[in-house]
Amino acid sequence: MTWFHHLIVLPILLPVITAASLIPVDERNRTLKGVISFASTMAVFLVSVLLMRASATPGDGGSGASVYLLGNWPAPFGIVLVLDRLSALMLVLTAVLALATQLFSMAKWHRAGHHFHSLFQLMLAGLNGAFLTGDLFNLFVFFEMMLAASYGLLLHGSGPMRVKAGLHYIAVNLAASSLFLIGVSLIYGATGTLNMADLALKISTIGPESRMLMEAGAALLGIAFLVKAGMWPLGFWLPATYSAATPPVAAIFAILTKVGVYILLRLSMLLFGSDAGASLGFGQPILLYGGLLTIGFGAIGVLASQAMGRLAGYCVLVSSGTLMAAIGLGNGAVIGGALFYLVSSTLTICAFFLLIELVERARDAGADVLAVTMEAYGDVDENEEEKEEGVAVPGTMAVLGLCFCACAILLSGLPPLSGFLAKFAMLHGLFNPGSFGGDAPVSGAEWTYIALLILSGLAAMIAMNRVGIRTFWTSIEGTIPRVFLIEIAPVLLLLAACVFLSLQAGPAMRYMDATAKSLSEPQNYIGRVMSTPRAGPAGGE
Amino acid sequence: MELVLSAGIGVLTASGVWLLFRPRTYQVIIGLSLLSYAVNLFIFGMGRLRVNAPPVLEPGGTGGLLTHTDPIPQALVLTAIVIGFAMTALFLVVLLASRGFTGTDHVDGRE
Repeated sequence: MTWFHHLIVLPILLPVITAASLIPVDERNRTLKGVISFASTMAVFLVSVLLMRASATPGDGGSGASVYLLGNWPAPFGIVLVLDRLSALMLVLTAVLALATQLFSMAKWHRAGHHFHSLFQLMLAGLNGAFLTGDLFNLFVFFEMMLAASYGLLLHGSGPMRVKAGLHYIAVNLAASSLFLIGVSLIYGATGTLNMADLALKISTIGPESRMLMEAGAALLGIAFLVKAGMWPLGFWLPATYSAATPPVAAIFAILTKVGVYILLRLSMLLFGSDAGASLGFGQPILLYGGLLTIGFGAIGVLASQAMGRLAGYCVLVSSGTLMAAIGLGNGAVIGGALFYLVSSTLTICAFFLLIELVERARDAGADVLAVTMEAYGDVDENEEEKEEGVAVPGTMAVLGLCFCACAILLSGLPPLSGFLAKFAMLHGLFNPGSFGGDAPVSGAEWTYIALLILSGLAAMIAMNRVGIRTFWTSIEGTIPRVFLIEIAPVLLLLAACVFLSLQAGPAMRYMDATAKSLSEPQNYIGRVMSTPRAGPAGGE
Repeated sequence: MELVLSAGIGVLTASGVWLLFRPRTYQVIIGLSLLSYAVNLFIFGMGRLRVNAPPVLEPGGTGGLLTHTDPIPQALVLTAIVIGFAMTALFLVVLLASRGFTGTDHVDGRE
C-alpha cells in the first residue's frame, strides 16, 4: 500500500470536496469559483492520466486491475473501488470533457444561474464513482449522485423550455431508478451478494429457481441503463432534453449516455461472459437488436432534424446505438474498435454541442431583428463589431467553419480523422475475429450492423452538409457571431484530442485491444478483487 | 404475512404506474412516491420476512441467520428512502417552476 495506491480515491474525493467548499463562496465571485473548480478538474485529469498509465503497465501483480478497499474490509463484505484499463479510460475521457466544457462555461454560461460549478463538480464525482465502483449498490448511489447533479445542471439557466424538458427528464429517470433498485434487490435476493466480482463467481453455481430471479433482476437493471443510454423505445426523452440544456451542460451530458453503455459493457462481460454457465450471453440479443434499431432511429432523426441542437441529440443516439450493438455482438475484436469509437464519438459530440452555440449565437431571434433593422438603416459594420471588446477570434467564420467541417468528418466517419479509424477498427474486428473467436462466417445480424454503421455515417454526412451550407454559405442574416478565445479554445482542444487520437492510433488501438482482452477474461478482475488483502498490520484488529 | 406484503407491493406499484401515466404533474409525483414505497418494501422483502429477529449483533455475541435477520437489505432500504425522498422534493420544485412558467399543471405545459 503505497501513496500511489491511494490515488484511486481522488477522482471521487476531490470533486466532492471542491463542490462543498464552493457552496459558501459568494455567487458574485464567479470567476474565482470557476478557477478553483477548473484547477480541481485539472488535478483530477492529471491523476486520471497517472492511473491510466499505471493500469496500462502490467507491474504490481500482472493483471493491471488495482483494488482499493474503502473502510478496509475485505472484498465481498466491504465496498471496493476497482481500477482497471476500462475504468481508467473512462476517467480520462470524463476529465477531458469536463476541462473543455468548464472552460467554455466560464465565458458566460456559468452566470446563467446559481451554483453551476458545485453542481458540475458533484456530477463529476458521481461519474467517476460510477466508473470506479466494484459494487452494485454503490453504483446506484453514485448513479443517483450523478443524476441529481444533472437535474440541477439541466435546469441551469431556467426558462420554460428547460423546465419542461427537466420535468420529463426527471420523471423518466426517477422511474428508471425504481427499476434499478428492484433489479439490485432481486439480484441480492437470488445470490446474496452485491459485489460484482463475487456475483460473477456465484452466477455459475446458483440453482435454476434462483437463476430465474437473478436473470429477471439483471434484466430490470439493464432496462435502467438502457434508458440512460437511450436505446430505441426508451430514448425518446434524449434529443429534447439535450437540445434544451445550456450548451456546456449538453456537452458534458454527452458522457452520461456513455455511463449506461459502460455499465452494460462491464456487467455483460463480467457476469455473463465465458464463465457464466447457464446464463452465458444473457441479454446479448436484446442489446444487439435494440442497438441496431437505435442506430436506425437515430439516423432517421439526424436526417429529419432542422435545428442543430436536435441533430446533435440524434447523433448521441446513433453513437450509443452503435456501442450497444457492438456489445451485443459479443465479439472481443469488435469491442476494441468500439472503445476507440466511444472515445472518438464522445469527444466529437461534446465539441459539436459547444460549436453549435457559437454558430447559432448570431441566429437567435433578437439578433435577427436587430440585424434586419441595422441593414435597413445601412448601419452594418461587421469589422468594427468584431473588434469591440475582449480577445475576439480573427476570421471568426473561417475558424468556426473549419471546426464544423472537422465535426462533420468525425461524425460521419470519413478519413482521415479518428471517426473513420474507429469504424474501420470495428469492421476489421467483425471480419477478422483473430484471437477472440473461430472463423465463423459473418452472420446476418453482423451484415445488418455493417450496413447500418455505414448508412448512419452517410445520414450524418448529408445532414451536416445541409446544415453547414445553410449556416455558412447561404446564411441570410450575414451577421458574424462574436466569439471569444476562451469559447473557441475548448472546441479546438476537443478536436485536437481527436486529431491526436488519429495520429496516435497505433498505441491507442493497442490500449483498446488490451482493454477488450482483459474484459473478455474476467478471471483476472475477479481474482484481484477477491484476493486483495486488508491494509495495515497483517490480519490485525 | 407474505400474502399481505406481496399484495401491498402489488397494489402500490399498480397505482403508482397508473398515476405515472396521467397527464397532471401532481398525479405524476404521487405516482412516483407510491412507486418508491413499493420499491422500498420490495427491497425489504428481499431480505426474507422474519419476525422477532434483530438485524444487529449484541456486544460480544455471535450471530447467524437462525437467530438474526439479514441486515443488508435494511441498510439498502435506508439509503433508497433518503435518495427517493430527496428526488421527490426536487421534482416538487420543478413541478412548481413549471406551473409558474406555463400557468397549467399539465406535464407538457399546455392543455
